[in-house]
Amino acid sequence: MDIVVNMSSTLCLLLGSFLCLSGGVGIIRFPDFYTRMHAVGVTDTLGAGMILIGLMLLNPDGLVIIKLLMILVMTLFISPVASHALAKAAFRNDLVPESDRNENKGGTESSSS
Amino acid sequence: MRDLFAVVMLSGIFGLLSASFFVAMDAVDVAFTEASVGAGISTLLMLTAVTLTGRWEDSVRHKPMWALVVVFITGGLLIYGTLDMPYFGSADAPIHQHVAPRYIYDSMQETGLPNIVTSVLASYRGFDTFGEVVVIFTAGMGVLALLAMGSRSGIQRIMADSIFYLMHEEHLILRIVTKMLIPFILLFALYVQFHGDFGPGGGFQAGVIFAAAIILYAMVFGLSTARRVINRTFFKLLGAIGVLLYGGVGVVSLLNGGNFLDYNVLADDPVAGQHLGILLIELGVGCTVASVMVIIFFNFSGRREFP
Repeated sequence: MDIVVNMSSTLCLLLGSFLCLSGGVGIIRFPDFYTRMHAVGVTDTLGAGMILIGLMLLNPDGLVIIKLLMILVMTLFISPVASHALAKAAFRNDLVPESDRNENKGGTESSSS
Repeated sequence: MRDLFAVVMLSGIFGLLSASFFVAMDAVDVAFTEASVGAGISTLLMLTAVTLTGRWEDSVRHKPMWALVVVFITGGLLIYGTLDMPYFGSADAPIHQHVAPRYIYDSMQETGLPNIVTSVLASYRGFDTFGEVVVIFTAGMGVLALLAMGSRSGIQRIMADSIFYLMHEEHLILRIVTKMLIPFILLFALYVQFHGDFGPGGGFQAGVIFAAAIILYAMVFGLSTARRVINRTFFKLLGAIGVLLYGGVGVVSLLNGGNFLDYNVLADDPVAGQHLGILLIELGVGCTVASVMVIIFFNFSGRREFP
């Protein structure tokens, strides 16, 4: 029983760390604001969630598990909403996504030629 | 860097990073304060100030060469001064031999609090903390004196209401999630306030978190709606009451025959007296900090609304 709990918590922690790391790579490597936003917003929520679940499995104390559960619920609420608000603010301030920008350029070229 | 928005964001990131290295050095109380004050509310207030003044820094006409020279000389002298200090973490540094042993060994018997930071801050160094609270209170009063608005005419208010209604109508997701989160934030602030004796936390952090909940409400639902919920006279009064409570505890301990802010005489049992005194002054700190932050935010953003 003990080894099953340990193994699953290790798996959760490793998966969560991998997701956070891939989000970090994404924020550096992706071309424009929205794709970077997407990379971090998606992976961070799940990565933090996995790490928290792994910590919960590792801890025998009931109070600590409840505190971690509260943090998990808060993260699940706050992180997507923060990404949403950020992307919406960028869109409203006329930051055009990379793909749209290319399409627009093509459109004007074709109409002018 | 000319972009003030980026400067404010960088300072916020710096605050969060320094909070994480405070955690790494086991100073959780300081880290908590840094995360809530340095990264949270001060970034927010500076952003409000940036919206008030404009995003780009004016170009400077003169070359600040002399200022750079002065900065280099002063910095060099300060670094030269640190060479005389004991090595980082060395056990025979004066700070570890003067008062720290007493705090570490005796504070549990003298104040009955497991969190040494709280007992130092509120009991041994109560007078210093009183000074800090008065400084925060004075800052709030200064902002009020400089920026407080006069009363507006009715038509202006209706226009502002309709503008805000249009602006905030679309923030549906934010509004719903904010509504769900604000009770938890307020509850967490109260937990930090009254659990500060036993874990990291205390009046400063709790006040800032409390103010952050109210500011979040004002940002998402608009200033006019927030004004209807939050009575500003009450908040001005609350700030004064916090300082008064802190000073009042000191005066009561004087009247009971002790020194100023000597909590031993507040109750029959010295430890119970310490408990009561620390709880009361933390409450005073929390009230003052929360109300001053709310006052500053409301005055800043109120001016942006009506230039």
